[in-house]
Amino acid sequence: MNMPLRDVKTAPASTAQTSFSALWRPALVQAFVKLDPRQLKRAPVMLVVELTAIFTTLLCLLPDNQVPTGVALQIALWLWFTVLFANFAEALAEGRGKARADSLKAGSQGLSARRRTAAGSFEVVAATVLRKGDVVRVEAGEMIPGDGEVIEGIAAVNEAAITGESAPVIRESGGDRSAVTGSTRLVSDWLLVRISSNPGESTLDRMIALVEGAKRQKTPNEIALDILLIGLTLIFLIVVVTLQPFAHFAGGAIPTVFLVALLVTLIPTTIGGLLSAIGIAGMDRLVRLNVIARSGRAVEAAGDVHVLMLDKTGTITFGNRRCSAVFAAPGITAKELGEGALYASLADDTAEGKSIVEYLRQLHDFVEPVAGQFQPVAFSAETRLSGIDLGPRRYRKGAVDSVLAFVGMQRLDLPPALAREVDKIAQSGGTPLLVCVDKRLLGVIHLKDVVKPGIRERFAELRKLGIRTVMVTGDNPLTAAAIAAEAGVDDVLAEATPEKKLARIRQEQDEGRLVAMCGDGANDAPALAQADVGMAMNDGTQAAREAANMVDLDSDPTKLLDVVQVGKELLVTRGALTTFSIANDVAKYFAILPALFAAIYPQLGVLNLMQLASPQSAIVSAIVFNALIIVVLIPLALRGVRVKAASAAHLLRRNLLIYGLGGLLVPFAGIKLIDLLLNALQLV
Amino acid sequence: MHSYDYALLLAFFALVLLPAPWLGRFYYKVMEGQRTWLSPVLGPVERGCYCIAGVDTRQEQNWKQYALALLVFNLAGFLLLFAVLRLQAYLPLNPQHLPGQEWSLAFNTAVSFMTNTNWQSYSGEASLSYLSQMLGLTVQNFVSAATGLAVLVALCRGIARRSAGTLGNFWVDMTRATLYGLLPLCLVLALILVWQGVPQTFSDYVHAVTLQGADQVIPLGPAASQIAIKQLGTNGGGFFGVNSAHPFENPTAWSNLFEVVSIILIPVALVFTFGHYVKDMRQSRAIIAGMLALFLVGGATALWAEYQPNPALSNPQVEQSAPLEGKESRFGTTGSVLWTVTTTAASNGSVNAMHDSLNPLTGMVALVNMMVGEVIFGGVGAGLYGMLLNVLIAVFLAGLMIGRTPEYLGKKLQAREVQLLVATLLVMPVGVLILGALATALPGPAASISNPGAHGFSQLLYAYTSASANNGSAFAGLGANTTFHNLMTGLGMLIGRFGYILPVLALAGSLALKKTAPVGQASFPTHGPLFVTLLVVTILLVGGLTFLPALALGPIAEHLSLALQGVTP
Repeated sequence: MNMPLRDVKTAPASTAQTSFSALWRPALVQAFVKLDPRQLKRAPVMLVVELTAIFTTLLCLLPDNQVPTGVALQIALWLWFTVLFANFAEALAEGRGKARADSLKAGSQGLSARRRTAAGSFEVVAATVLRKGDVVRVEAGEMIPGDGEVIEGIAAVNEAAITGESAPVIRESGGDRSAVTGSTRLVSDWLLVRISSNPGESTLDRMIALVEGAKRQKTPNEIALDILLIGLTLIFLIVVVTLQPFAHFAGGAIPTVFLVALLVTLIPTTIGGLLSAIGIAGMDRLVRLNVIARSGRAVEAAGDVHVLMLDKTGTITFGNRRCSAVFAAPGITAKELGEGALYASLADDTAEGKSIVEYLRQLHDFVEPVAGQFQPVAFSAETRLSGIDLGPRRYRKGAVDSVLAFVGMQRLDLPPALAREVDKIAQSGGTPLLVCVDKRLLGVIHLKDVVKPGIRERFAELRKLGIRTVMVTGDNPLTAAAIAAEAGVDDVLAEATPEKKLARIRQEQDEGRLVAMCGDGANDAPALAQADVGMAMNDGTQAAREAANMVDLDSDPTKLLDVVQVGKELLVTRGALTTFSIANDVAKYFAILPALFAAIYPQLGVLNLMQLASPQSAIVSAIVFNALIIVVLIPLALRGVRVKAASAAHLLRRNLLIYGLGGLLVPFAGIKLIDLLLNALQLV
Repeated sequence: MHSYDYALLLAFFALVLLPAPWLGRFYYKVMEGQRTWLSPVLGPVERGCYCIAGVDTRQEQNWKQYALALLVFNLAGFLLLFAVLRLQAYLPLNPQHLPGQEWSLAFNTAVSFMTNTNWQSYSGEASLSYLSQMLGLTVQNFVSAATGLAVLVALCRGIARRSAGTLGNFWVDMTRATLYGLLPLCLVLALILVWQGVPQTFSDYVHAVTLQGADQVIPLGPAASQIAIKQLGTNGGGFFGVNSAHPFENPTAWSNLFEVVSIILIPVALVFTFGHYVKDMRQSRAIIAGMLALFLVGGATALWAEYQPNPALSNPQVEQSAPLEGKESRFGTTGSVLWTVTTTAASNGSVNAMHDSLNPLTGMVALVNMMVGEVIFGGVGAGLYGMLLNVLIAVFLAGLMIGRTPEYLGKKLQAREVQLLVATLLVMPVGVLILGALATALPGPAASISNPGAHGFSQLLYAYTSASANNGSAFAGLGANTTFHNLMTGLGMLIGRFGYILPVLALAGSLALKKTAPVGQASFPTHGPLFVTLLVVTILLVGGLTFLPALALGPIAEHLSLALQGVTP
């Protein structure tokens, strides 16, 4: 895979056992539990297989002189296996998600809450009875009983249970950090929280529902695919049912068991059996990324997205301006400037100040004064300068006009070389800071937004997949364009306001494009709701979280790129296995048809391309292949087909070659091999 | 094969393919009401029609209204034709005083001509009056073809329009299709045929005395006008019983060339019309390439098979060339095979040779052409809308593999579309396999089959395939004029016609409502060799997987017995 899927963070519940060795046993049990037709009716193709399995089992009891009971029994057995294998795949996929969800759930068991009554006093109730709109008080050391919004107070919250991040975060009323998540622990102070979800609708509940097969809602593409699979099943049912009268007309009869075998090998059991496992596994991948989707629909939509609207700050750049260069004034040596700039920044605790210190320390070895030797001068609104007083010398840095005022110069008095440099920095979207010591100008520091490493390459890959990136920023168009060029985004929305953002999304949508965006502020909510895929940051406002159809628990906006990847993999996996499944039918026909008609028209033996030993072994081999291929493909279904960053035409060619042509050829080899084995073991 | 065989093939492809882009543009302009060189002549006629019928050309219909208008119009056409056929004894222009048709036969014939099938359980010269032929059958020949064209343009509009609720006006589309699309071409072809010797007269049948002194009745009638539309409108219902094998229907090699070209002239052109609707001629070229590939593979197989000597007669004492049984010597093997492949590829169904006498593999090509749903050029309008369904199926099957919801020309294919596609996929299996199985399983109907074994099965399979695919050609050998077969093939024709039309219109309505996503690098490429291959494989796979068992019991078994054992099973 070229698109680096971010290193999967330590899962929130790192204790959850998700390895195969821990999962296969319960999955095996589940495979049998899922034989219940009420459960199986969610996978109509497999329901048909189960019905035929029951039918064939009954047929085994009726002796048929054309089919040895041993062969009939084997066919019945393999039909049951086909259903069980498909169930096993689903149970395995579910197991992985469930293990994660269960450990999350464990944390929320038996929680109680202090609910505010109408009178204003507090009563202790179980967390499960809390309804939307209830107000609860949570104190240090207690768990927050449900998702909600802080309406009063400020406190540190440990959200490790959800995000896996152990450092506590601050939650307070008002502003953009007011949302809290259920089952997280308050580590200080107290909060008054208005609960925002009813039982069963919380983040945690959604997380669990996504990965539980039975409650999972089918996604739109899955529904469409299901319809097609049912249609194909119907067609093959017609083919098989009408074959008996045709055979009678030709003066023969085909054993019913063989017809049943033909039906099951023709209907798309491979994709039909793995469809739900693919869906669950896709959601599970999302959960592992620590993203909670409101529905599978949103994840699929992510695969379809044409436009990504990304906030500049935090997504494309580091969010803080950093020092990227220094220029000395005429007559000043680099060492002098470096020393001056370093000293002026020593007491500056802002990220910008730190970045200057870091930058300069790499350039020269300076003898730095230690704390106590100098007098820090903090930034003040009056002078708009910061720096230190080291003995009599006063080191200062600040915006151009502020420093000029400090040294008592006019803008026109700036040495031309320095003035040029200052203009250049401003034009490139950066911020120039002048440095001086006493009344002497030392030079200029170039502060700029630093684009995250690797982001340019990711945008290039997205472009190959046909996804345009739009950078959204409050900067002026000039600054924005400079950063956009550096980051390699396709388009810029500068001086963005919430209204402009919303209008842009609507415009893209009117032109038929699907838009994804992420946001955290309350003013992002309308845009998040309008976007086809809206991802809210978990540390954002409750309004944003409710408007979005996804929440990123790590509050990392670049996750949107991973979500797109997961959405695409989900679709590709389904498509690949569908194509494979249908292509398989050709070989199965060549195995079964000559066997079926052997008694009626022996000359049709020419179609026995694989030279299978006998009619019985041909039919049993086909049905065994049909069952085993499900098992073989389980890893692929769970892992998903990797999506390379390439044009649609390239992806299509590659996948058609692998899954289309492969699906055509593989069963020829597979069935032949099984036939050889069956005959060697004298099973038929 | 001789040089004149190659010349025939060359002339055929040149006459079909060269005018197609021009004709396709003409159809686009006509159907969208734009001005063409025919407008000064036909414009007043068109406006007159609307005036008389009270049609407001600006009043567009949504898919339900469009479908309802279509159904009402077709039902009215059926009732009128049924009445004419039953009552022809009491109507004028019946010089031979022919009686009315039996009810099941009249039902079968009326359904057959309304659905553009033209399956004939009767012989024209022996059972139909001139009035029935002209006012009954020929009218339906025109309007059934126009109906196909109307449905096609409705689908084209559905794909091309964005967020639109309407698909056009059925009455306007019908008028334009008939007036501009069919009448002028028919006029030209009819004149050519008259020049070649096809009769066009109201006079009585001619009584003659042969050299042996026997009395002979030579049937005549207004044949040329009906033959022109039967060929151009992919109808296929002959004026005379043996269709275009009859010397009065198809007297010369020249008439044969023009008639065989006429079969697919309009279906080929309409593919280009589609390109104009979606403003992307690459789509047209891809579809043409797919159709042509299937046509050529079928044609080559049939030609090869038909030039093989019959293995049953392989004996050093017997000198064999290509078998000529069932063929007209004035057309020869190539002329007959070309017609057979063309008439089954397009859902025409007229014949100039006896399909029953073809080699089993040639017969299978004819069967497969129909079984894939008449999409290899196919009927007027019907062929392309059938092909577009296959395009959508191919896009849906493989489209997921590019990691997006499948899209065709910017339109997303979702549950609703797939539902409708599946409905159309079921048409052929139901019509051919279920009705065919009924006919084989019941003792009465099966008695109509003249040969036992594999060949007999082919006869029956062919009849139900031809009916359901709305082709109308007959393999012969099946005594089809029984109440059972009349009703069942009639049912097959209805399923085969409206089982496509209604889902197609619903699909058009659903697609029209959708937004159109911009088509770019990220979209599924629906042009170029890769897509053409995918399309062809999808068609063969969907058709092949459905019908391979039936074919194995019919033509394949017959061919293998002939080839391996030298006997017919």
